[in-house]
Amino acid sequence: MDLSSFDPVVLITTMMIAATPILLAALGELVAEKAGVLNLGVEGMMIFGAICGFMIAVNTGSPFLGFVAAAVGGAVLSLLFGLLTQYLLSNQVATGLALTLFGLGLSALLGQSYAGIKPPSTEKLDLPVLSDLPVVGPILFSHDLMVYFAIALVAGVWAVLKYTRAGLILRAVGENHDAAHALGYKVVRIRLLAIMFGGACAGLGGAYLSLVRVPQWTEGMTAGAGWIALAIVVFASWKPWRVLLGAWLFGGVTFLQLYLQAAGVSIPVEYLSMSPYVITIVVLVIMSADKNKAAMNAPASLGKQFHATH
Amino acid sequence: MIRLEKRATPSKQWSLAAPLLAVLLTMIAGGFMFAALGKDPVEAIRLIFWDPILGEFADYFRPQLLVKAGPLILIAIGLSLGFRAGIWNIGAEGQYIMGAIFGAAVGLAFYPAELWIIFPLMVIAGAVGGTLWAMIPAILKTKFNTNEILTSLMLVYIAQEILKSMANGLLKNPEGHGFPGSRNLAHYSASSNPELIAGTGMHWGVVAAFIAVIAAYILLSRHILGFQIRLTGESPRAARFASVRPNLLIVICMGLSGGLAGLAGLFEVTGPAGQITDKFNVGYGFTAIIVAFLGRLNPIGILLAGLLMALTYIGGEMAQLQLSIPAAAIQAFQGMLLFFLLAMDVLTNFRIRFGREAA
Repeated sequence: MDLSSFDPVVLITTMMIAATPILLAALGELVAEKAGVLNLGVEGMMIFGAICGFMIAVNTGSPFLGFVAAAVGGAVLSLLFGLLTQYLLSNQVATGLALTLFGLGLSALLGQSYAGIKPPSTEKLDLPVLSDLPVVGPILFSHDLMVYFAIALVAGVWAVLKYTRAGLILRAVGENHDAAHALGYKVVRIRLLAIMFGGACAGLGGAYLSLVRVPQWTEGMTAGAGWIALAIVVFASWKPWRVLLGAWLFGGVTFLQLYLQAAGVSIPVEYLSMSPYVITIVVLVIMSADKNKAAMNAPASLGKQFHATH
Repeated sequence: MIRLEKRATPSKQWSLAAPLLAVLLTMIAGGFMFAALGKDPVEAIRLIFWDPILGEFADYFRPQLLVKAGPLILIAIGLSLGFRAGIWNIGAEGQYIMGAIFGAAVGLAFYPAELWIIFPLMVIAGAVGGTLWAMIPAILKTKFNTNEILTSLMLVYIAQEILKSMANGLLKNPEGHGFPGSRNLAHYSASSNPELIAGTGMHWGVVAAFIAVIAAYILLSRHILGFQIRLTGESPRAARFASVRPNLLIVICMGLSGGLAGLAGLFEVTGPAGQITDKFNVGYGFTAIIVAFLGRLNPIGILLAGLLMALTYIGGEMAQLQLSIPAAAIQAFQGMLLFFLLAMDVLTNFRIRFGREAA
């Protein structure tokens, strides 16, 4: 076993990259859940975004258009969930599962002829002087633009939810849809928009996997990332900055287990590969153990059906 | 202007008609999907739904129907009990894997003894493996209030890693020339789960599935536990007053669904699959979720839905061979079916009214 090559700078930069897909997806889900919608289809929207982004990026040669396509694809797929749960009043848990199963199938179908292709590479930030600084350079100034975009989105979501009228209305709809409806807010329309935002973010997260992190297309490549994103929202107690923390924690674990695999630790590879999932469970348990606290943080109308009789 | 008006009680007729309508709509939408892939839609739908039962090569395909439907029905019956009570075990795939590993481990431990007791012991071990794996989310839910959807799902990925480790390590065939995978349990008579009636595909797993259907039917309609499950699903508050213990119900429902999924895994590994490999699981645990909903969480419905879903698997293979329709198309097709079903459910619970509400 050789641990002498351990480099904390590499740890931090890799952690930030590994965290980005989950960060984006979790942030989108946070907004949807804040509006009172539990969408369990994150995994399906992510993988659909991954293939949409990959196809467009390969065919146009532009990763930027790929990311745009991924966001649109994720939003369109989430609209399916939105129509079913908001207009046809279907069960959110079952519909979310259906979205995941459908998204996995559809993406595998679309991705048939894309296996083994290399996508165009995404540009990295390269500032004169700053990017070349030791330690600070690689950590702060040398990532691809999506990493910065994701972090900016955290700040944006936090600010909108906390300081704007739109954020207040969104939270009102999530806390008590009957009261919000009585005040004249369009509950269904607001929820649809929140669902689509969630879909677009999940799509971006998926495309980050297929275009930057891996970067290629393989069937089922999200491997539970969407579910981990759902867990991170719970871990974060529905607070944007804690989502960032949760995603980084997860990214750190991913890096460490890959590092230990490469370093040839005497633990079998399979047990290292399962560690992110084990840690997700442990974290979930810790966060939900205090019943009162967990109930206080969750939006009060989360997962409940809204049907206006008048 | 179209409005929805809530029905006082769900419509019985629509509850039966909705799945049929959903299947019909899926065929139409699926036809469009096949057309988009550049295949003849009518031909594809015929290949999937007609040829496996009544077509030219049906004799070869018909037995496969029970082979595929067996595990789906067995798992879906277990899941439906929890779903009815609002307990979402979606990690059946993991419990299926653990059942197979536990059962296979017991069988391999006795190798090469030829005792009649070996297979029954393996069956018990399979059920225990699945149950134990399902107990993890159940206990986390009851003791720590942790969301069982997320934990049971995470445990699928963990079980898959354990499966890989077993196929390459502990359970690897010592005479396998270094290839991953265990000894073939189906080739070793004390541990094999053979076809019971030649040419039908009937094996012990299918028998178990039929027994599970009957048992679940009796449980839900005649037993106090079934009443408690239904009551909890419809009104958790009323269930409290009827002295239902919610935590106990969670443990029982998760345990039953895990045990049945474990059994399905054991029967698969000793029969159709034959050995533990790292690609042993093929997604029955997830497809069973669709089967449970398509069957309206009703045992008889699940029996029919399981057969239908098995048909799409076999028909999908045929379509793959003859029209080179990709295997993934069937997965999308099955997902679509669940979507349409959930959408059609609106007709069961609501009346559609046209025109403005009379003030």
